[in-house]
Amino acid sequence: MSADPATTAAPAAPAAAPRSIPLGSLAYAGLAAAAVALAATTPFSGYVLNILMQAATYAIAVIGLTVVLGLCGQINLAQAAFFGIGAYAVGLGTVDHGLNFWLCLPIGLALAVVLGAILGASTLRLGGHYLAMVTISFQQILTLVLTNWIPVTHGPDGVPNIRRPALFADGQSYLALCVLVLAVVGWLVWHLPRTRLGRAMRAVRDNELAAGVSGIDVYRTKVAAFAIGALLAGLGGGLFAGSFTYISPDQFSFAESIVFLTMALLGGVGSPVGAVIGTGLLILIPEWLRFLKEIPGLYLAIYGLAVILIVVFMPDGIWGFLGDQVRRLRPAKPAPAPAPELTLSQERDASATLLTVSGLSKHFGGLKAVDAIDFTVTRGGIHALIGPNGSGKTTTLNVLSGLYTPTGGSMRLQDQDITRFPPHRRAAVGIGRTFQNIRLFRSMSALENVVIGALRPNNPLGARDRPALEARARSALAFVGLEARAQEPISGFSYGHQRLIEIARALAGNPTLLLLDEPAAGLNSSEKNALTVLLRRMAAKGLTILIIDHDMTLVSDVAGHVTVLNFGRRIADGVTASVLREPAVIEAYLGEDAATEPDAGLKTALKTDLAPA
Amino acid sequence: MDLILQLLFTGIGIGSVYALVALGFVLIFRATNVVNFAQGEFSMVAAFLMVVFAVDLEWPYWLSVLLTIGGMALLGALFNLGVYYPLRHRTYLPVIISTIGASIFLANTTLALYGPQPQVLPPVFETQGFLLGPVFLDSQYLLIIAVTAALVAFQYWFFEHTLVGKKLQATSQDKEMAALLGIPVAGMIMLTFVYSAVLGGIAGILVAPVLFVSIQMGATIALKAFAATIIGGFGDVTGAIIGGLALGIIETFGAAYVSVPYKDAFAFIVLVVFLVVRPQGLFGERVAEKA
Repeated sequence: MSADPATTAAPAAPAAAPRSIPLGSLAYAGLAAAAVALAATTPFSGYVLNILMQAATYAIAVIGLTVVLGLCGQINLAQAAFFGIGAYAVGLGTVDHGLNFWLCLPIGLALAVVLGAILGASTLRLGGHYLAMVTISFQQILTLVLTNWIPVTHGPDGVPNIRRPALFADGQSYLALCVLVLAVVGWLVWHLPRTRLGRAMRAVRDNELAAGVSGIDVYRTKVAAFAIGALLAGLGGGLFAGSFTYISPDQFSFAESIVFLTMALLGGVGSPVGAVIGTGLLILIPEWLRFLKEIPGLYLAIYGLAVILIVVFMPDGIWGFLGDQVRRLRPAKPAPAPAPELTLSQERDASATLLTVSGLSKHFGGLKAVDAIDFTVTRGGIHALIGPNGSGKTTTLNVLSGLYTPTGGSMRLQDQDITRFPPHRRAAVGIGRTFQNIRLFRSMSALENVVIGALRPNNPLGARDRPALEARARSALAFVGLEARAQEPISGFSYGHQRLIEIARALAGNPTLLLLDEPAAGLNSSEKNALTVLLRRMAAKGLTILIIDHDMTLVSDVAGHVTVLNFGRRIADGVTASVLREPAVIEAYLGEDAATEPDAGLKTALKTDLAPA
Repeated sequence: MDLILQLLFTGIGIGSVYALVALGFVLIFRATNVVNFAQGEFSMVAAFLMVVFAVDLEWPYWLSVLLTIGGMALLGALFNLGVYYPLRHRTYLPVIISTIGASIFLANTTLALYGPQPQVLPPVFETQGFLLGPVFLDSQYLLIIAVTAALVAFQYWFFEHTLVGKKLQATSQDKEMAALLGIPVAGMIMLTFVYSAVLGGIAGILVAPVLFVSIQMGATIALKAFAATIIGGFGDVTGAIIGGLALGIIETFGAAYVSVPYKDAFAFIVLVVFLVVRPQGLFGERVAEKA
């Protein structure tokens, strides 16, 4: 519980790193050892022992819920079902089939993970409502099966006389085993948010679209979170079966799933510490308030009310609140050394044509938002895609970054056909992008946002260890001028600065092609000037940029090449200065009169607006 | 053949109840972008109110129905104020969790007040029904089908041909724009909750004489209605009705020809099949988020 989030342990294999063992982990190991020793030696009464075993095994399942719900933002209302699968594997395995406890436990885990993955895989492409309902359905089906499939499950009578493993036959040592498992699970999940997978989960939770274009496979990340949650529930359930030596279907009903959910919410869904606090409280409180159980329903009614009150008044749970206080007390970290200059690696000897778009179409029903457009983006420099409102620019960008599947046509990046690639694979081949309506990961600091960008798969300048990743992210933030504020949360930045953080996030991934969706929208004139300078500095590093914008001064200042769209069709393409003088382009922006009548009043405005500076 | 027709009639009857609850789901979803997981509890609470008024207090049936509908309208308003309104600016996840909490709260409060024994509500008509050829037309099922048809017709007229209906539509499509046009968005959402609670309540009143009035009926009906909305296509009114009817028929035939104990599992299996094969449902829903 005292593990320091600032420690730099490599979570999966701490022994592999030659670095000194961090202090926080040592302290945690000491505390955990003390807790295990205490569980093994303190002479508890049978009643207290039961409560403690229940708390420890439940806490493992609730920690699983914090991974799914807290870290990845996906709901799972069948945690008791996965808990039950683990418990029945151990119960039926040891009692009916005479198998060893240590064989039954992994069988239960495997069943829970496989079912969790299947359930997640069939639903996680859709919104959270579906997942909530499907997990409830799964929960109900499992209860029906446990109750009605009597030859296999013993039906409502349950499974008695479950055997514990030989070494842990007495309650005291079994409790020590449960506490040990809980301590290990807690340590792993505590470190999960700072692993690659954990960062991906947080990014998915905060903003799925932005996670996808940053190179994260959103769907696989969600399925992984769901499977980990199911695994931990199965583990807790398997241990639970051993601790009580009797299980029955009603212990794994929908009501228990709600109890798990309430435990996670009360303690704080963001951390395993919260899970342990919530579980401990909700197992102890009903023991103190036993009289409530005398009236059927009253006790669960209070749970239901508690869920609403917690969600409304304490969204981050008890630990969310306490953790904030702790973080406030912690001394500020020493400022790191100034980040090195941002490097962007470009393949100098590659072909001159970077992106080839041919016959690209995107139709929404009868609306041809993009209608068979062709253009090529050559390597190096800035290419602008312009057109009046509704001309299909953003749709084109969404098709290019893989958020929309095209109705027809093809896209090639260098020699690779990327037409059918999903967003994260486009990111992996080097397409970065920003959004017109800013999409940052709101719960993270500026630095963490940019680290997600730096984690892009295939990033030739990517780094595996955290200090190097953070150094890369700092360089990207320094490039846009925000290094000093790297640790601040996103909400503290102005609109213009948030745009810069989005650009830094894309730059950290070292893209081959950067797509900018109206970066000047909403900026004031001095911010626009700064953006112009920034765009030129990016281009000077050899980066190829495809930019959409309405600001003609900006476009003519920075872009060497322009493609003009109108009503989904390409109406002009070529060198900026000449394209902006084409009658068809002027007509598209200002109407037919402006294009044909030289003395029209708008012509003057047009000149000042479109003339290159 | 006779059995098939008989099952078809029963299926449409029970499917009408699912359709009514599904309509409540869809209306709240369209107005708030959130699925109300307590929708089934509206039916359960209404059924218990009917038992209290018509059976325990022995008040006239019509008066009990009116009082129950009034009570449901009040419950819908309180539900909006307590469960949705404080969370309206948050993401969907806290709201879902909050409605689940409300569902647990309503079901178990009823349990604490009324005990676990299932109750019986007598049907509206004294005559059981009559034979039409080989098919026995149960009077309660006929009533269910007729009331559902009338409510669907009313809803169509209300949304398409009244100003309040248009305002509700505007609210569900774009809350900010609706507010800028002077539509009282909070009021419209309140109206949606009240109307949905009444719809769920009417479904509960209608179905109570057919099923036992029990604490579990809310959760069961809600799951079926949700499956119905997915079959029909989430957020689609026509889809909810057709999905509800389809599910009622599938379930009745499944119970007759496959297995009675697993009757409730058919809805879930159909649900999962649709999610895997055709997640947008029969009538389609936009699944993608706009960039």
